[in-house]
Amino acid sequence: MEYFLIIISAIFVNNIVLAQFLGICPFLGVSSKLSTATGMSGAVCFVITLATLVTFLLNKYLLIPFELEFLQTIAFILVIAALVQMVEIVLKKISPSLYAALGIFLPLITTNCAVLGVALNVVTKQFTFGEAAHWLNLGESMVYAFATSLGYGLAMVIFAGLREHLAMNDVPKAFKGVPIALITVGILAMAFMGFSGMVK
Amino acid sequence: MSKIKLLTDGFVKNNPTFVLLLGMCPTLATTTSAVNGLGMGLATLFVLVLSNIVISLVAPVTPDKVHIPVYIVIIASFVTLLQFLMQAYTPAMYETLGLFIPLIVVNCIVLGRAEAFASKNGVWASTLDGIGVGLGFTLSLTVLGAVREILGSGSLFGWKFITGDGMLAFIMAPGAFLCLGYLMVLFNKIAKKQ
Repeated sequence: MEYFLIIISAIFVNNIVLAQFLGICPFLGVSSKLSTATGMSGAVCFVITLATLVTFLLNKYLLIPFELEFLQTIAFILVIAALVQMVEIVLKKISPSLYAALGIFLPLITTNCAVLGVALNVVTKQFTFGEAAHWLNLGESMVYAFATSLGYGLAMVIFAGLREHLAMNDVPKAFKGVPIALITVGILAMAFMGFSGMVK
Repeated sequence: MSKIKLLTDGFVKNNPTFVLLLGMCPTLATTTSAVNGLGMGLATLFVLVLSNIVISLVAPVTPDKVHIPVYIVIIASFVTLLQFLMQAYTPAMYETLGLFIPLIVVNCIVLGRAEAFASKNGVWASTLDGIGVGLGFTLSLTVLGAVREILGSGSLFGWKFITGDGMLAFIMAPGAFLCLGYLMVLFNKIAKKQ
């Protein structure tokens, strides 16, 4: 039951883009076409889940026992950068077709603040999912990370669909490009606010 | 390029928020009030100036292949320093800005200026560039924060001029996107004369 609450909360109620403002740059950057949006979502999903697994273990078995929690920021960004590089090399060998599909999106993910954001969130914040506030354990962290990245994909795909229609409309000159996109996201965020209060 | 121009370019011509569209996440997330926007802007300014100085010094001796990891470590060190300073001197602001202080590491403005300017220019020019872009970012965050605070809670810098609540939606997520969108339109109208 708790896993179910985590999933609903991470995808809809606290959507990473529309409620937490993480990963906005790629969200605006690559969402003009549906195909690139799905590619980016896939890459982000993969890296967020993997990065959270590694940083959670790093934090629990290395940083906390040696009282080095203040190194979280530096350690995590290095782990993420190395991980992205490694995923790139491994994918190139094992599955060239997937590598070609993700292409340019993989290296961009290092500076996607959604990855570092989720990794830091899991180890620095206490969560309430139906019960008292508590630190997430490994299983819950993994479910949280995966569901969050699904939420990222959902927002991205919806927005890309909207933008494909937007491109065909006659928009006033000053609104063209990013401004009208931001206003559209605003309305989308308002729609997602309807989910708030469903899960604490 | 004159020294004055280096400083003022960050305000309008290279404004990080409205022209370069960099650092969108903290821009949207932390501008629930003018004071929060100002705090986030100054925090970014601090990291930007210091990392620009150090990167302009180490860039000539950094091998090209590893320059991005080197820059990220330098930036992350200054962010950790900033975390300590804020925890010690402005704990309330540190709590409010929360996650977005460590996330300055992945703020594209900082790495962007390191890559595009500090790695190719001297210490003095890089310092000025850091100050200019940092102030431009602070200015746009404060303006966005002020607009959202006026609409959302009917106050400015904590000084309340209506009784009761404002339009709460502007403090929450949708208001951030809408306000930034319309401010950008205004910026396009005035600065680019479209």
